[in-house]
Order: sequence, then C-alpha cells, then structure tokens
Amino acid sequence: MTLYQRRRLSNQVVLGLSLAATALGLFWLAAILTTLLANGLTALSADLFTQMTPPPGSQGGLANAIFGSLVMTGIATLIGTPVGILAGTYLAEYSRGSRLAEVIRFINDILLSAPSIIIGLFVYEVVVLRMGHFSAWAGALALAIIVVPVVVRTTEDMLRLVPDTLREAAAALGAPKWRTVVQISYRAALQGIVTGIMLAVARISGETAPLLFTALNNQFWSTDLNAPMANLPVVIFQFALSPYADWQTLAWGGALLITTVILVLNIGARLVASWSSVKR
Amino acid sequence: MTVLSPPAARPLTRPLVPAERRTEPAPAIKADIRNVHFFYKKFEALKGISLPLYDRRVTAFIGPSGCGKSTLLRVFNRIYNLYPEQRAEGEVIIDGRNVLEPGYDVNLLRAKVGMVFQKPTPFPMSIYDNIAFGIRLYETLPASELDGRVEQALQRAALWNEVKDKLKQSGLGLSGGQQQRLCIARAIALKPEILLLDEPASALDPISTSKIEELIHELRSDYCIAIVTHNMQQAARTADFTAFMYLGELIEYAETEKIFTKPNKKQTEDYVTGRFG
Repeated sequence: MTLYQRRRLSNQVVLGLSLAATALGLFWLAAILTTLLANGLTALSADLFTQMTPPPGSQGGLANAIFGSLVMTGIATLIGTPVGILAGTYLAEYSRGSRLAEVIRFINDILLSAPSIIIGLFVYEVVVLRMGHFSAWAGALALAIIVVPVVVRTTEDMLRLVPDTLREAAAALGAPKWRTVVQISYRAALQGIVTGIMLAVARISGETAPLLFTALNNQFWSTDLNAPMANLPVVIFQFALSPYADWQTLAWGGALLITTVILVLNIGARLVASWSSVKR
Repeated sequence: MTVLSPPAARPLTRPLVPAERRTEPAPAIKADIRNVHFFYKKFEALKGISLPLYDRRVTAFIGPSGCGKSTLLRVFNRIYNLYPEQRAEGEVIIDGRNVLEPGYDVNLLRAKVGMVFQKPTPFPMSIYDNIAFGIRLYETLPASELDGRVEQALQRAALWNEVKDKLKQSGLGLSGGQQQRLCIARAIALKPEILLLDEPASALDPISTSKIEELIHELRSDYCIAIVTHNMQQAARTADFTAFMYLGELIEYAETEKIFTKPNKKQTEDYVTGRFG
C-alpha cells in the first residue's frame, strides 16, 4: 500500500467514525424529541393554558406554573442581565492588564460551571431561611445568579471581538471612554450580547434544582412574589414522578412547552447572531 | 579592465512638488517636535526625535517597518495614552503649549489633531452618523445645521456624490476606498488644524489610492498634514517635506525634492533608491 493510499484510507476511517458519532448524538436528540411530541401533543389543549394545576384525579392545566415560570424567568433576566453586562464591560473595556480582572474572570468561570443545585442551596440558606418561607423572589434570585456568569462571559467575549482600531478611531475624534463603549463597542457587539442573553434565558427556563429550594411550588394561582410560586420545572418534576396518569400527561405537556421555548430561544439566538453577516 | 563606478542614485520618480509651490511664502511652524522619546514598556521605540511640522504643508514620514514612524504619529494626538504600558517623553509644541504635559486635555487635543488609520474604521452606524458622531461630541447643532456640516465634510472628502442618496445606510456597506474617505471626512468634520494619516492608502487599490492622494493635495491648502507611508512614490507625489527614519531615529529631514534627489546621508540615499529597506 502506498503512502497516499494509506492516507486516503485513514481519512475515510476517521470520517466514518466522525459521522457515526454525529449520528449517535442526533439519534438520542431525535428520540427525545419524538417521545416528547408523541406524549406531549395529547396533553396540549386550551385547558393547559387556562386551568390551574389540579389535585390528582381531576381536570386541570398548568396556567399557574406557566405564569410563575414567566414571572421568575423575567425577574431573573431583569436582575441578571444588567449586572452581567456591566461586569462584562468592566472586564473587556476597563480592566486592561489588571490583577483584579484576572480574579473576577476566574471566579466567574467557576460560577459558570457551578452545579445549579449548589446555587439553589445557597439562596435557600441566605434568603429562604432568613425570610422563614419559600418565595418567588428567592426563586428569581437563584435564577439571576445563574444568568449573571453566562452574560458576563458572552458580553466580555463579544466586546473583545470589537477591534481595538475601532476604539482608537473613536478616541482619535476625542470621544471620552464611556461614549466609545456605549456608542461604538456596544453597537458593534450588540448581536453577540443579545445572543448571550437569549441563551441565558434558555438555560434558566429549564432549571429545576434551584427552584426546588427557593420558589418551591404552589397549587394555586398566585401573583404574590413573597409567597411560594408554581413553575414548570418543579411541577414537571412532581407530576412526572407521581403515580397518577393525568398528572403524568400534564408533565409531558409542560416538558413539551419548555422544550419548545428553549428551541425557539436557541433558534432566535442563531438568527440574531447571523443578522450582521447578512447585512454586510 | 575598467573599474565600474556604482551607478549614480537615480530618483524613483520626478518630484511632483510643482514650481509654484516653492514660491509660496515661507510656512509657519504648526507643531514643533522637540527631543521626543517613546517607550513600549522598556523598549525605546523613538530615540530623541526633533523636527517641525509646517502649517499648510504635507510632511511625509518614510522608513522601513519598525522604524518608529507610526509611533511618532501616534504621539502627536496622544492616542498611545489608551495603552498604559506606553509612554512618551519630550515636547510637542502646538500653539505654544506642550501637548505631552500631563495636564493637557487629550480630548481637546484630538479635536485639534485628527487622525486617519491604515485600515478604514467606519463605525457600525449609518454614513450620516459616522460623520455626525464626532461633531456631536463638541457641538449641539440644530438638525439643519448638522446636515450642512455632514454634507460639507463629505464634499471635502470627495465622497458626497457617491453617498448623498444613501446617507442612512450603514457605513460598513461602502467599498474600502470609500470607507477610507469616510474616515477622512469624519476627521475633517471636526475642523482640525492638523491631520495625521497613518498609511491611509496601504490597504487600498491603485484607483482608490490616487483618489486619496488627490484629496491630500486638496486638503493641503487648509491643514498641516503628516503622512506615514511605505510607498516612496507616494511621499514624492504628495509631500512638501520628507523625514526618513530608521530604528527609532530621524536620519534626515528636508524638502521632499532634496530627499529624493540629493540627500545628505548615504543611508537616506540607499533607502530612497531601493538599495535597502
């Protein structure tokens, strides 16, 4: 066998292995999605969006859990996004060569990969025990803590992609630093930062562990942020493990909803990310 | 056997500084550079540079890569201040004040000393806003007046006719040459007194380059222009004065014609005739 033939052969072998690995990954994804669709679609009805979570053996929906998830995810995004963007801006724009920035970056990376159950326990210890009860605020706070490192990281990365020549050009016109950041860097990095926020929202919309320790659950419609609040992940967790068939059906419905939302957010993030390349 | 003497240095191009220029009144000094040293951390990139920049004249800086010509240009508007590890010593006197002294307001300096970079750097915004960005930093103008200033700058940069119907479109959609003229328009919209051009045409095709050179020729009547270039013909075509730099030192500074035809230093002659560098 010549050297060339050997090279071709090894190329084909590795290519084959890569394809097989891809197929294996896609197979499970497809399997999960089809099972979800098969079981979840039967649960989809108007009731799912209008009725409260029922006691076992009666009709109901997920309205309170959907509302709770929206509220807590929304508050968490509102708290976590500004903090994350500001911290990311500091790291990318203001901390050139600083020791402090190295430390912050390191801690942020740890927080980024921290298991979410730890964050749930932390908020339980710091907020829930002090307040004496579970609450939507605690749930939102736990989710916000998960949002922050994701947004910090993407904001910093995206701002770093903005070429220094652009900053120099703004400075050469006599623009003060803050104007350069707000009007030039943010604008140039906008798509990336928005993508990061969407991915962070997608990430927290499926988080269960932190909510289990903080917002817990609520069988009823509640808009009180100081009280426990229903939410999709915990309801799915509770209903899916129950022996009641109608609860299990609702859990499938909820799972389908969350998956759809995450899918939409991810596709949205991809679309946002591709704006710039289309425009040019 | 006869010993051949080396061929006499032949200028690359006929100097284009027309005869009438030489009869103009003696130029005033706009910026006086006195013993400027520059450091990247410990590395000394400029080793005591002194020369004048004349008003309404073009001064070209030539020399091989790494000789410090761009670094020197970046001293004039203190753009190096963006990087804490860089520092300059010495004096650059503009309008009677040393702009390198610590109390000097760099933003006002940069309004007075405009700069155009090697790579076009349009901001990610509309053509109109690219020009208006700088104006808005210093003046609050009614919309009609701002429109006028934007048009004026684009006219001056010979770009108006190409973009007047698409002012609201992104500046990123322009060609490289147009982007560079947009950057020049952006700089002159602030009505600076000195214009620094850091290899403004090196990323452009020959047609765009000649447009930029024509533009430099136009702007010469109003500004003190300093241009860094790798292209010796460009220096010969555009500049009244030329400074040849090598390894952080100013080797020779004189009228362009003199530098290209009968330089005083052997090193200069070797460089402009293409024997080294």
